[in-house]
Amino acid sequence: MRAHFVLSEIGVGLRRNVTMTFAVIVSVALSLALLGGSLLANRQVNSMKDYWYDKVEVSIFLCNENDAESDDPHCSRGAVTDEQKEQIQAELEDYDIVDKVYYESAQEAFEHYQEQQGDSPIAAVVTPDQMQDSFRVKLTDPTKYDVISSAFSAREGVQSVQDQRDLLTNLFNLLNGVNWAAIGLMLLMLVVALLLIVNTVRVSAFSRRRETGIMRLVGASSFYIQLPFILEAAIAGLMGALLACLLLVGVKYFAINNFLAERIPLINFIGWDAVLSVLPFVLAVGALMPSVAAFFALRRYLKV
Amino acid sequence: MIRFDNVSKTYPRQSAPALQNVSLEVERGEFVFLVGSSGSGKSTFLRLILREERASTGSVHVLGKDLGRLSNWKVPQVRRQLGTVFQDFRLLPNKTVGENVAFALEVIGKPRGQIRKTVPEVLDLVGLGGKDDRMPGELSGGEQQRVAIARAFVNRPMLLIADEPTGNLDPQTSVGIMKLLDRINRTGTTVVMATHDAQIVDQMRKRVIELERGRLVRDQTRGVYGYQH
Repeated sequence: MRAHFVLSEIGVGLRRNVTMTFAVIVSVALSLALLGGSLLANRQVNSMKDYWYDKVEVSIFLCNENDAESDDPHCSRGAVTDEQKEQIQAELEDYDIVDKVYYESAQEAFEHYQEQQGDSPIAAVVTPDQMQDSFRVKLTDPTKYDVISSAFSAREGVQSVQDQRDLLTNLFNLLNGVNWAAIGLMLLMLVVALLLIVNTVRVSAFSRRRETGIMRLVGASSFYIQLPFILEAAIAGLMGALLACLLLVGVKYFAINNFLAERIPLINFIGWDAVLSVLPFVLAVGALMPSVAAFFALRRYLKV
Repeated sequence: MIRFDNVSKTYPRQSAPALQNVSLEVERGEFVFLVGSSGSGKSTFLRLILREERASTGSVHVLGKDLGRLSNWKVPQVRRQLGTVFQDFRLLPNKTVGENVAFALEVIGKPRGQIRKTVPEVLDLVGLGGKDDRMPGELSGGEQQRVAIARAFVNRPMLLIADEPTGNLDPQTSVGIMKLLDRINRTGTTVVMATHDAQIVDQMRKRVIELERGRLVRDQTRGVYGYQH
């Protein structure tokens, strides 16, 4: 194998098709940036889930005097009694999936509420007896909410069982939707990139048909004849992948570190380790995918 | 060297076969002219030897290999032992004479030292010594064909296939090319040459094989061109 010969062939090939090569590089870069981006977005959503689900609790709201008077169907037997509370707490603590149980009295709930609302006019009209006693249950596995819900929602003295996770689910569904849209766009760009590669190989094979014809006649192996074409595609793909990596690093540095992270401290954004771990994958896909595409294009456009 | 056993070739979407029931044998060291009018099957005959096509029926043996049963990836190994020359020279216009010949060695992975040594030798042999650095466009037709012959011969092939090598050359230049092919033949290389040039065939007095509408109609040692076109 004469490396020098193969390399010079590649150089000639890439220069001959500058515009096509450029188109391949850009489309590969965009599709891979979207690929890496959606991988990272997925990881972001997962880390947010871990973070937030860790904080969420299942709330068991207990009936108070108001509920009993206002004919709430769950509280028809009047406000919760101390016995019922003790019973519920004891049972909760028996569950394996229950990590911790806090009791929040109506008074405490009122104070939290005042704290959250500050000086708003609504806060002024709320009184402690409108608030409910509640158990705040922390689960070892937040997805096992159903067990608690079915066990306690029909219990006497319990007004409702609420899973705070529901509130977050909508947000995560939205993020997932955005992610799927990115993946769809990526697939589209990928198809564009592949078609461009196939076309580049076709043009390249045509413009070099004299050389490949002679190579065939003097007994060059088909591998040797195809190698420059495949490496050409691989190099263009790798350049696209490098561009995609730059884009990802740029987004992480400028958009996340210097912009979003400062403005939304509540969200724990993915770190550099996550970004860096995606880059090798992006580079590998960037080099392999065009090579495979070129290989199949050659079977059609290059007689060996 | 070459053996055809009842070879027929029909191209897809064509009713008339390009070759029909051809059987013949070419021995090592022979010089064979292949004659016949256009469309008589000469090109198909050569393409079968080069394994550009496969026989529809019958078997083609070249250098002891049954080309019909040879797997695709082994074809290059056989072609390395064949040299080919064409009417249109098929040189690379953007490479020098030396590079054109070296190309044939480079693409089969010969070491650079050996290439540097053999290329001037073979250019000397074809009478182009010292013209390594010229471009094909600067050479006459006869000289270009000599470069093509040098490229075909640089691997010291057992068999040289020439498809109308003098078709684009004037009679005087053609004689020079024929002398060169004769010299190559004398080194032990078998030569099979398709031609329309009656004068050359009559002069050389070698074995003549004539095809007509795909059939072998004449096989004559020390033959003549023998038909008017």
